[in-house]
Amino acid sequence: MARKITYQQAINEALDQEMQRDPTVIIMGEDNAGGEGSPGEMDAWGGVLGVTKGLYHKHPGRVLDTPISESGFIGAAIGAACNGMRPVAELMFVDFMGVCFDQIFNQAAKFKYMFGGKAETPVVIRTMYGAGFRAAAQHSQCLYSLFTHVPGLKVVLPSNPYDAKGLLIQSIRDNDPVIFCENKILYTMEGDVPEESYVVPFGEAAVVREGDDVTIVAFGRMVSMAQEAADALQKSGIHCEIIDPRTTSPLDEETILESVEKTGRLVVVDESNPRCSMAGDIAGLVARKVFGSLKAPIEQVTAPHVPPPFSDVLEDLYVPNAAKVESAVTRVAEYT
Amino acid sequence: MSKTLNREGLLEAYRTMRTIREFEERVHTDFATGEIPGFVHLYAGEEASATGVCMHLKGKDCIASTHRGHGHCIAKGVDPIEMMAEIWGKSTGSCKGKGGSMHIADLSKGMLGANGIVGGGGPLICGTALASKMRGDKTVGICFFGDGASNQGTILEAMNLATVWSLPAVFVAENNGYAETTSSSWSVSCDNIADRASAFGMPGVIVDGFDFFAVYEAAGEAIKRAREGGGPTLVEVKVSRYYGHFEGDQQTYRADGEVKKLREEKDCLMQFRRHVTADGEISNADLDAIDSEVLALINESVVRAKADPKPEAADLLTDVYVSY
Ligand SMILES: Cc1ncc(C[n+]2csc(CCOP(=O)(O)OP(=O)(O)O)c2C)c(N)n1
Ligand SMILES: [Mg+2]
Repeated sequence: MARKITYQQAINEALDQEMQRDPTVIIMGEDNAGGEGSPGEMDAWGGVLGVTKGLYHKHPGRVLDTPISESGFIGAAIGAACNGMRPVAELMFVDFMGVCFDQIFNQAAKFKYMFGGKAETPVVIRTMYGAGFRAAAQHSQCLYSLFTHVPGLKVVLPSNPYDAKGLLIQSIRDNDPVIFCENKILYTMEGDVPEESYVVPFGEAAVVREGDDVTIVAFGRMVSMAQEAADALQKSGIHCEIIDPRTTSPLDEETILESVEKTGRLVVVDESNPRCSMAGDIAGLVARKVFGSLKAPIEQVTAPHVPPPFSDVLEDLYVPNAAKVESAVTRVAEYT
Repeated sequence: MSKTLNREGLLEAYRTMRTIREFEERVHTDFATGEIPGFVHLYAGEEASATGVCMHLKGKDCIASTHRGHGHCIAKGVDPIEMMAEIWGKSTGSCKGKGGSMHIADLSKGMLGANGIVGGGGPLICGTALASKMRGDKTVGICFFGDGASNQGTILEAMNLATVWSLPAVFVAENNGYAETTSSSWSVSCDNIADRASAFGMPGVIVDGFDFFAVYEAAGEAIKRAREGGGPTLVEVKVSRYYGHFEGDQQTYRADGEVKKLREEKDCLMQFRRHVTADGEISNADLDAIDSEVLALINESVVRAKADPKPEAADLLTDVYVSY
């Protein structure tokens, strides 16, 4: 039965249910319980924003706090995945990938291919991304396109609580290394989520809204921005089709291409910086494969090519919003 | 104590510690009203560490700081007025409102920046120290880092490198007992962080971080050794933080009354005052006068920070590169 819970609760529930189902699922990360060795409460935080709260007591011995050693414990999660476990490791903020990227892109990502198909590395790395917390340049980046760039990694970007639960369960059951990217602003988003366990398969985009005039491909938190824009545009008679790819690797190219073949117009909304981004990737895909259907130049709505700023006025300008999506769609729709 | 510091030096030390304390108490109060954005990590309780170390430094010496950086900034001479404006996200701030609390920096003062990445400063200080050594100008680099950061590869690599290259560097481990909620007694694999020094071929010392004079002396020796070409030292400062990991932290992982007891029994400002007034060289009135001046300065910093302009829209795109 479905009831309304938050994105954050949906993630917690997915972890809980998978830990119940499969004893090889363990979780680890900095302060994932919190209070290790300290005089007060154990499970004091349940992760820096409380996402894993409660799991420590429910699953004794299977929620491991770690020292601040990302190379060490992310690598250890990968090693444990090579030896029969299904670890879910938390890289608190995606920005910290800088400290441990070798273990992810030279180790986990390469084993299957480099070892001639013999290795399986069923590890999940959960990580928080995105701007909006006034947390500045080292705690607000998106970076999912960097993971997407690397063959061997699967990259997941849930945009709502239902997908967060189903995609995380799929991530844990999947036999490849998965980078599960959680938008920190979405943690409080509520939505209908079934109580029972279910999976959302990888590589299947969601058509969030149907429309004939303009295709909007949006990622993560940007799906809500696109919906807000589409509601406003509907009033002026522009009907948008919104596609949420849900996973950037594998990517459901077919759903995107079919939609653009129908509408002939494309706006890509991507919170990350624009160079070598998902926005560029989707634009390239469409230009390459359905060039003949395009009736207007492709528009991208992204953050600018600058690091995330601290000051609220600057950060609000930095992050794409519904108004920017609206004007991009209008430009594309009016192009003749 | 006053053997190494004259009256002027003692008053300066007190002023620095008091400025840090007043600054942090004020940020704590203002954060609670919801006016200050972002993540804010306060240094209150640890003032003797930054002050005891930085009193030995000159403008050209470099320090690398942490996410808990306000104290290091003030002790290294960064202007509290500009710092407060930065924390409030104003264009008059140390980083023009682009960095915030976690990234206050002033390279003109040798302050390489607070750092949002735990352990980020270690390698950077090896680099500044390498430059010092190659120039032969007797300057040094200080890496401040926490107990949590002491487990980060970057810090361990940096300590090894500093010895291998015999760099004029000092590693100051501020062990305040916790990394977020996690106790250093659990996360650090040996009894003391300083125990690791011998593995990296450098001296390691432990000091009481509530005792300004203990920090001042130990840091003085390490910095002198570095300046004279004797290589790096690891100084572990045992201390505590008075507030949560960041503002908003409920701190249920701490013992009841833990901070209250420290404030009452060990506070660095209290101990300092008792110590310097005991032999009559400095009077309570001298210190009270500093208290009032510091309070006025911090009040002014907030008044100005509130009134100062926010960055302009055009600032969003500037300063990504030196040249385009
Ligand atoms: C690479 C990296 N990992 C994790 C974090 C999140 N984080 C910020 S501060 C902190 C604890 C640091 O503890 P410690 O080094 O003891 O410094 P303290 O906060 O006690 O001053 C953590 C885990 C981070 N900012 N960077
Ligand atoms: Mg600490």
